[in-house]
Amino acid sequence: MASKFLGTQINPDRFHKGQLPFFIILISFSVLMILPILFIINHAFKPQSELFAYPPAFFVQNPTLDNFIELARLVSTSGVPFSRYVLNSVFITGVGVGLAILFTALSAYGLAKLHFKGKKLLFEINTISLMFVPIAVQIPRYIVVAQSGMIDTYFAHIFPLITMPVAMFLIKQFIDQIPNDFIEAARIDGASEMQIFFKVIMPMIAPAVATVGILAFQLIWNDTSTSTLFINDESLRTLAFFLQTLTSGVGNTIAGQGMAAAASLLMFIPNLVLFVILQSQVMSTMAHSGLK
Amino acid sequence: MLNRLLDRMNRPAWFIFPYWFLFAVFIVVPVVAAIGLSFTFFNSIQTPTFIGITNYIELITLDTVFMRYVLPNTLRFAFIVGPVGYALSFMVAWMLSHLPKRPRTILAIIFYSPSLTAGVAMAAMWRIIFSGDAQGYLNAIMLDLGLIVEPIQFLQNPDMLMTIMIVVSLWSSIGVGFLAMLAGILNVDRTLYEAAYIDGIKNWFQEIIYVTIPAMKPQMIFGAVMAVVGTFQAGAIGVALSGTNPTPNYAGQLIVNHIEDFGFIRYMMGYAASISVILLLMVYAISKVTWKFLGEKD
Repeated sequence: MASKFLGTQINPDRFHKGQLPFFIILISFSVLMILPILFIINHAFKPQSELFAYPPAFFVQNPTLDNFIELARLVSTSGVPFSRYVLNSVFITGVGVGLAILFTALSAYGLAKLHFKGKKLLFEINTISLMFVPIAVQIPRYIVVAQSGMIDTYFAHIFPLITMPVAMFLIKQFIDQIPNDFIEAARIDGASEMQIFFKVIMPMIAPAVATVGILAFQLIWNDTSTSTLFINDESLRTLAFFLQTLTSGVGNTIAGQGMAAAASLLMFIPNLVLFVILQSQVMSTMAHSGLK
Repeated sequence: MLNRLLDRMNRPAWFIFPYWFLFAVFIVVPVVAAIGLSFTFFNSIQTPTFIGITNYIELITLDTVFMRYVLPNTLRFAFIVGPVGYALSFMVAWMLSHLPKRPRTILAIIFYSPSLTAGVAMAAMWRIIFSGDAQGYLNAIMLDLGLIVEPIQFLQNPDMLMTIMIVVSLWSSIGVGFLAMLAGILNVDRTLYEAAYIDGIKNWFQEIIYVTIPAMKPQMIFGAVMAVVGTFQAGAIGVALSGTNPTPNYAGQLIVNHIEDFGFIRYMMGYAASISVILLLMVYAISKVTWKFLGEKD
C-alpha cells in the first residue's frame, strides 16, 4: 500500500530511485530546450573565420570577444553611438520598473485592504483586462500618445508599458493573505495609511514585489514597440530597438551574424540573472496566483 | 517633510489614482477608440467619417486575404500553440514537482529561460538556424546526414513557415503560467492524496485527474488565460522570421500582422481598428470559454 502511494512523492526531500524516469525525461527535454540558447552563446564568441566556416560548426573553437567589441564600436547610420542606446534602456527600465512596482502595489493595497465604493468592480475590470492584448490596439494607443504630446519623450517609453493587469492581480492576491491584525495594530499606534503601506505592507509583500519587478523588467527591457511607434528621434531609442534594426539589417549577412548573436546575448543575460536571483520569491508569489 | 506629506495622504484615492489613471489612458481609451474608429473611414490625415458597419461587412465579404489566409492561419496557430504549450507547461511542472528542490530549481530555470529571450532578438537567431542556403545550420546538418539533397528554403517556403512559427512559439511557451502551475502542484495538501488513495485511486493518471488538478484549479485557470493571451500576443513572429509583411503567400499572416498591414502600411486606420476589435473579442471569448470549461469540472 505504502509503495503505491504516489502523493507523497510530490516535493520530496531527497533523491530516490523512483525519480529516475522523471530525471531522464526532463533532462533530455531540457537539453532540447536549451540548444537554441547554447547556439547564441557559442555564436556570439565565434571569430569571423568560424562564422564563415563550411560546414558550420555548433561549438566555438577559439572564443573571442571580437563580436562584442565590433558591436560596441558600431554607430547607427544616424550617428548615435551604441552606449547611448544602452543608457536609454537602463534609464527607462530602471524608472519603469520602479514606477510599475509603486503604482501597482499602491492600487493592490487599496483594493485589498481599504474600504471604498466600487473596489470590487475595479478588481473585476482588472481581471477582465488580464485577457487584454496590447498589440491589438497599437493604432489608438499611438493616437493617445500623439495627442498628449508624449511623442519623442521618455514618458512614451514608460507610461504605456507600466500598467500591467497581471502584476496588479498578483500583488492583490498576495496582500489578501496578510491578516488584518497587522494593519489594525499599526492604526492603533497612530500610523497613517501611507505609513502602514510603506512600513508594514511593503516589507511583507517583498516576494510579490520582486515578481512584479521581474515581469516589468522583462516587458520594458525587451520592448521594441514604443521606440518604433512613439519615437522619431534616434537618440531616444532603446537598446532592444537598435538590436532589432541591427539584426534585421546586418543579421542577414554572415559577417553580421556574430554581432547579432552578441546582441541577443546582451538582451538575454540581464533577464536570466534577475530570474535566477529572485526565483524563490517568484515561486512563493505564484502560489497565490489562482483565478476562480 | 516627506513623512508629514505621507501623513496627510490617507484617502483611498491616493492609492487608487496612479494605476487607474494610466489604466484608463492606455487600456480603456484605446479600446473605446478602437471600437469608435471601427465604424469610420480614417486615413490618419482627414478627420474620421462615420460609415456605420461598412468596415465589418467588407472584412467578412470583400477581404479575401482575411478570410482565406489570415483567419484560418490565426486559428490554426492559436489552437495548436495554445493547448499544446499549456499541456507541455503542465506536464513539465508535474514531473518537476516529483524531484528534490535543488535539481527541480535548476531544471525549472532551464525550462523557463526560453520565455526570457526577447522575441525579436531571438528571431535573428532562428533566421541563422533556418537559413535557406547550405550555410544554414539545419540545412547543413541535414545535408551532412544525407536527409536532403538540396538546401530547403525554410522561411520563404509557404508550406514550412507556419510549422516553423509554431515550433518557435512552442519553444518559448513555458512561461508565467508554468511557474504558477508548478507552485500550485507543490502546494497541494498531502492529506488530499492520502484520502484519495484510501478511496481507491490506483495510479498516477487518476491522481492527476481526481486530486492534483481539482486542488490547483485556480492556478490551472490562471495558466490557461496566460496561454491564450500569450499565444495571440506572439503573432508578430511570422513577419520577424520571414522579414516581410505580408509574409510569403500570406503563409504566416496572423491577425496582428493584418492590423499592421492596414494600419501602418496602407493607413486605413478605421478598417484596421475593426480588425483590432475582432481580435480583442476573439481573445476574450476564447479565454472565457477556457475559463468556464476548466471551472466547471468540480
